[in-house]
Amino acid sequence: MRKSIAIIAAAVLAMGALTACGSTAEETTAAATTAAATEAASEETEAAETEAETEAEAELSGAVATDGSTSMESVIGILGESFMQLHPDVTFTYNPTGSGSGITAVQEGRCDIGLSSRALKDEEVESGLKGETVALDGIAMIVNNENPVSDLTLDQIAKIYTGEITNWSEVGGNDEEIVLIGREAGSGTRDGFESITGTEDLCQYRQELTSTGDVITTVSQNPAAIGYASLASVSDQVKTLTVDGVEPTEDTVRDGSYAIQRPFVLVTRDGEALSAQAQAFYDYAMSSEVADLIAQAGAVAIH
Amino acid sequence: MLQKVIYMKKFGKNKLEDIVHGIFLILGLVTIACVLMITIYLVIAGIPAIKEIGLIDFLFGSKWASTAAEPSFGILPFILTSIYGTAGAIIIGVPIGFMTAVFTAKVAPKKIRMAIEEAVSLLAGIPSVVYGLVGMLILVPGIRELFDIPDGASLFAAIIVLAIMILPSIINVSLTALEAVPKEYEEASLALGATEIETYFRVSVPAAKSGIAAAVVLGVGRAIGEAMAVMMVSGNAPNMPNSIFQSVRFLTTAVASEMSYSSGLQRQALFSIALVLFLFIMMINALLNFLMKHEKEA
Repeated sequence: MRKSIAIIAAAVLAMGALTACGSTAEETTAAATTAAATEAASEETEAAETEAETEAEAELSGAVATDGSTSMESVIGILGESFMQLHPDVTFTYNPTGSGSGITAVQEGRCDIGLSSRALKDEEVESGLKGETVALDGIAMIVNNENPVSDLTLDQIAKIYTGEITNWSEVGGNDEEIVLIGREAGSGTRDGFESITGTEDLCQYRQELTSTGDVITTVSQNPAAIGYASLASVSDQVKTLTVDGVEPTEDTVRDGSYAIQRPFVLVTRDGEALSAQAQAFYDYAMSSEVADLIAQAGAVAIH
Repeated sequence: MLQKVIYMKKFGKNKLEDIVHGIFLILGLVTIACVLMITIYLVIAGIPAIKEIGLIDFLFGSKWASTAAEPSFGILPFILTSIYGTAGAIIIGVPIGFMTAVFTAKVAPKKIRMAIEEAVSLLAGIPSVVYGLVGMLILVPGIRELFDIPDGASLFAAIIVLAIMILPSIINVSLTALEAVPKEYEEASLALGATEIETYFRVSVPAAKSGIAAAVVLGVGRAIGEAMAVMMVSGNAPNMPNSIFQSVRFLTTAVASEMSYSSGLQRQALFSIALVLFLFIMMINALLNFLMKHEKEA
């Protein structure tokens, strides 16, 4: 009796396994057929759509390669994403290598559009490159609300961050040691601040924090602290300083009167036509419809 | 015939057993594979930068400037900070945790004991980012005002946060070790005329000592591996830890703070730091295993 049960059990198991295989195969075939049918259907739909769109403009496909400034990551990321949403067949790539490498890459034809977070140098323009500003990056200087200082010159800011001025009383404030708050190495805001004030590799930071939010919170906690943050993210938790008497706003950044700012530049080879999809992205980035996206990424739109 | 029946029965049963064993084996192997993959990846990713920078310059260089025009990758400040920070946390956390464990296991009335155990398990469940946040908003400004220094974000703040964070592991493991001490030991001591406190410290604690040592090592492991909370209170500037009130960077935070925007040699160097940290943790685990084994034998 036991023996027969065992045999039956084994047989059932084996059958089960076999049936399982069989049905899987069948299912697979069925699934494949369905998929094929769906594909065919969608191809038809696509074809219809394409036809409809051809009347307006040819559907773009292919790749748009950008290469360069790490500081432009958020701006170029948001532009690339929304561009890919508009044109699903286009692949947009961004290689964060730094402004210098980006300019070299476009020179050597390794990418469609180079990204630079500084204006092109004369010799770069002479070598046949063309730069056009897509947005401006304004960096606000922030201090604690209790701090009586409300204006600093660019020179004073540089001296404070390099450790030449160490007490607030030297710039008209209370007799307190200045606490320098900054961002971590590699951050675009830090790179921007240090390059504009000419303090690269010289800053004597007391704290290096990893986000703008942390910088603002820390400055709001310490009456002797000074920090920098991208213009779009400052709030009334902290006091924003005027620099050389100019208040940082979108307008003063746009008209160039606020000093701590830099351009985000799209670099192309002058006189050479871009591919259709790269040209479409270029025009899209320079158009006024992306102003909100650029503001969302923390920069100041200029178009 | 009979033999055949037994054989069949055995065969059928064995097959099922084998299948179940196979499943368990596969699940076990998944865990081992994860550990192996992480280890191999860390070694492969960490070696190139050490080769390029040079082992001595990397481990004993005192300047870290990863994005400077002439970059320098010395991680001695991070290593020392991690060692000092962990040592500080142990010096503050172990006496508190140990005394709490002795009190809870031996002295406390049942209700207080339950309250302490509840609080300890709650303390263990608080996410590290919450420790960091509370540290950033209360501890850091508090230290600044208490010691009248320009900024409170410092090695000292990190030590305090770490000391609190390692309390649950120290208390729980010591508690288990103390409770495992046979009742007869204590009764014999009391019968010989020792007071209760004498009994706890002269008899119970020595009998549980390898378990308590394991608790300390576990605390060390937890403290040296913590990143989020210390990142928020230590200031994060890559200084040599010359003073307890200095802004410092730990091994963990060195990796975490620069990873997001890093590239090239800087990124590889961060993997090398992770490798160094991994070796530290391995050493601590080996020590823990040794102590646990020792306890079992004893």
